[in-house]
Amino acid sequence: MSRQANRGTESKKMSSELFTLTYGALVTQLCKDYENDEDVNKQLDRMGYNIGVRLIEDFLARSNVGRCHDFRETADVIAKVAFKMYLGITPSITNWSPAGDEFSLILENNPLVDFVELPDNHSSLIYSNLLCGVLRGALEMVQMAVEAKFVQDTLKGDGVTEIRMRFLRRIEDNLPAGEE
Amino acid sequence: MAIFSVYVVNKAGGLIYQWDSYSPRAEAEKTFSYPLDLLLKLHDERVLVAFGQRDGIRVGHAVLAINGVDVNGKYTADGKEVLEYLGNSANYPVSIRFGRPRLTSNEKLMLASMFHSLFAIGSQLSPEQGSSGIEMLETDTFKLHCFQTLTGIKFVVLADPRQAGIDSLLRKIYEIYSDFALKNPFYSLEMPIR
Repeated sequence: MSRQANRGTESKKMSSELFTLTYGALVTQLCKDYENDEDVNKQLDRMGYNIGVRLIEDFLARSNVGRCHDFRETADVIAKVAFKMYLGITPSITNWSPAGDEFSLILENNPLVDFVELPDNHSSLIYSNLLCGVLRGALEMVQMAVEAKFVQDTLKGDGVTEIRMRFLRRIEDNLPAGEE
Repeated sequence: MAIFSVYVVNKAGGLIYQWDSYSPRAEAEKTFSYPLDLLLKLHDERVLVAFGQRDGIRVGHAVLAINGVDVNGKYTADGKEVLEYLGNSANYPVSIRFGRPRLTSNEKLMLASMFHSLFAIGSQLSPEQGSSGIEMLETDTFKLHCFQTLTGIKFVVLADPRQAGIDSLLRKIYEIYSDFALKNPFYSLEMPIR
């Protein structure tokens, strides 16, 4: 695969339709392969996880953000830098728990679900579960164990898409040298 | 060439990528007659000059080739022991090429893991909390620059001491790594890169 020399730090422009279509084809194929919605959700999460562990390096290389020292900083970086860079949207951060370890990402429009309608026989399918896996995988590589799940989904009739992120713990094994 | 080598070390300290630019190394080829006036010794599977510097051949140089044929460690290409061969006056006059021995890949692996440990020690020695590890190591012939990403991968560049702009080079290498290594789905993380 060759790259243009003048690519610099710009990401290649790609039609978002192609992306939506690709994701849709992926989900429908998984539904055909697995029959069971729960299995599809798990597979999407796993695929998202594999994407996340690689995406984080690309994100760190391009965005030059330093280490986040608390969960609020992390939330800010995820919403304002990461989502903007990869999906072109800026979700808002709300609903902080009193302990500061849970928050919600509200996505007004989700580019993955453009033109998608969930049929009745797939009512428990979490269409965009890939995103949860990506968030989980990426944060695990920077030593944070988190849990991400959808609590509202426009495909199921809610007004907005809401992802609830919960901080589980800091991963202490295999810390890079210099991080205490 | 201002950049001498690039090493990429993974989270566990293993070397996953290595690149060297071989600038013309100091090498000297001379014809000798019996008896050899250099003292040779066997060290680490290589035949080195222990004593007797002359004409560009220095102490520490290894025997690279005899009569134009590359030696293989302490054996010549046809399987004879180098020291024995050179001890036999019937083989003279012989032309031997000496030069600075190149690092084998095993040695590079060891050096990379050692550097990984030293990097960790560097951050622990610091009087301040939360210091980074070794960022730069300077000698009179080269400067070693190291950049550790938030995920634990270290990029190490050995360059000319006067060379500027290594920081941006390290970041560029990080970007290239994140592109080529990561976007290839068949590449497993933390494994050696081809």
